[in-house]
Amino acid sequence: MTTETRPARAPLDPAGLRADFPILDQEVFGHPLVYLDSAASSQKPTAVIEAMDAYYRHDNANVHRGIYQLSERATAAYEGARAKVARLIGAPDPRTIIWTRNATEAINLVAYSWGRRIIGRGDVIVLTEMEHHANLVPWQILAQERDADLEFIPITDDGILRQDVFDVLLRLKPKLVAFTHVSNMLGTINPVEEMTRKAHEAGALVLVDGAQAVPHLPVDVEAIGCDFYVFSGHKALGPTGSGVLWGRRELLEAMPPFMGGGDMIREVHLRRSEWNELPWKFEAGTPDISAQIGLGVAADYLVELGMDRLRDHERELVGYALEVLPREVPGIELYGPADPDVRGGVVPFNIPGVHPHDVAQVLDRFGVAIRAGHHCAMPLHERLDLAATARASFQCYTTTDDIDALAAGLREVQRLFGAGA
Amino acid sequence: MDDLYRDYILEHYRRPHNFGVLEAPSASFEGANPLCGDRITMQLTVADGLVSEVGFTGRGCAISQASASLLTDEIKGKPVADVAGFAATDLLDLLGIEISPARLKCAMLSFDSLQHLLDETGIKPLTKESS
Repeated sequence: MTTETRPARAPLDPAGLRADFPILDQEVFGHPLVYLDSAASSQKPTAVIEAMDAYYRHDNANVHRGIYQLSERATAAYEGARAKVARLIGAPDPRTIIWTRNATEAINLVAYSWGRRIIGRGDVIVLTEMEHHANLVPWQILAQERDADLEFIPITDDGILRQDVFDVLLRLKPKLVAFTHVSNMLGTINPVEEMTRKAHEAGALVLVDGAQAVPHLPVDVEAIGCDFYVFSGHKALGPTGSGVLWGRRELLEAMPPFMGGGDMIREVHLRRSEWNELPWKFEAGTPDISAQIGLGVAADYLVELGMDRLRDHERELVGYALEVLPREVPGIELYGPADPDVRGGVVPFNIPGVHPHDVAQVLDRFGVAIRAGHHCAMPLHERLDLAATARASFQCYTTTDDIDALAAGLREVQRLFGAGA
Repeated sequence: MDDLYRDYILEHYRRPHNFGVLEAPSASFEGANPLCGDRITMQLTVADGLVSEVGFTGRGCAISQASASLLTDEIKGKPVADVAGFAATDLLDLLGIEISPARLKCAMLSFDSLQHLLDETGIKPLTKESS
């Protein structure tokens, strides 16, 4: 689906696209807003905002229940969004798209539903040193409960997974290998297809955390070959409260429900129930209907944009940032892979002598919004011996002007703190 | 900008007062804000009813370090009763800048550490608010 050949298209026009994102048209402390925190949460195009608004104005009713027009329209929009998301990530069957609140909930769903059935004493789960807490803590909870073992693929100093160590860890015959597609702190794009193939050869299932991949590059779950793939809607131009678990159909069918309640059942008796079929088996209770409808519109927006073009755009931005920042901001420390080809639109950095919180606070006064802290990746910061970092991250609406504004703001930081040249 | 990073704040950050390790402290406490990576170890010595010596080490943002520098200046040499009566709002007055909710934990790291030291030395038990 995502492999169809497209006619050659012009590169993305981020300056033009900004008109689709009304929030960007504002000033902060008298400066035009420069939003460089899309890895934390992306901004939303008008089409998404209007679709959610229209749902509440015209179609609002509970789904899968009412025998009347509103409910039928709500259900059609809600279920239609599954097909849109399936198209975005190359899933052949919309019934394998399970709605969750976010990537975190999707991973917890797998840890509870699949993990508690399969993982036992002494079983091995392989993770990596670069995981977001969302792809770490659920497995810690499971491992503690089941007396299972966690092993970690280490990284090199510039943030590349050590495939040689991965090969050794696979000899432990892990039941599951779970890793991020793109690192939220370093931007590293991991070789997910190769890692999935190796994990399968060793007999493990594979879960890929796509929270930083789906919004930024072409994703095809069939081509990757993984067993579970998760992402959050709010990082992918969609609303908060929308998220996705994709899983292989036979696995999802064999898994018990995550939560019990309405909508996930076919028959309920006082002492037993029968589960609904996919995907509703995993969707107990009234869902966040407007959020998933919004995510469907965001998926269409991304497909229309062209994920290959978006990836090219962000590769250029990373290359530009890695070239401009060291030149314009003497002394800046940059982390992560130096090669933009294996690097998503994420640039972590530090200004020596200035805490990242102070960097972010000063930048804010110039209208520049970045993230400062540990980015929900404390073990990775420990590994790199960093207390905290500042991070700029990109989206389709990010321009080289934004990076220039960041550089100018960082020079002000240095001037104020008397750091650098 | 000048409303937060005033010259005296930056000066306390660059050259913090009372920065160092005491030889024979009555109590030591390491406080941290793991979320931002601020970390300070504060020590004090009590003698003749006075906080005779106080020092701190650590690293963190300008707000947390300037706050520790100002706080230790303020309590050094004071009667323990005065130090026990020193309130969080007094520290904010000392800082003299508008602290946003997101930075309040940075500003209060030294104050919270002091409350632990006062507890450890039996001067003032910890309350829920100052835990």
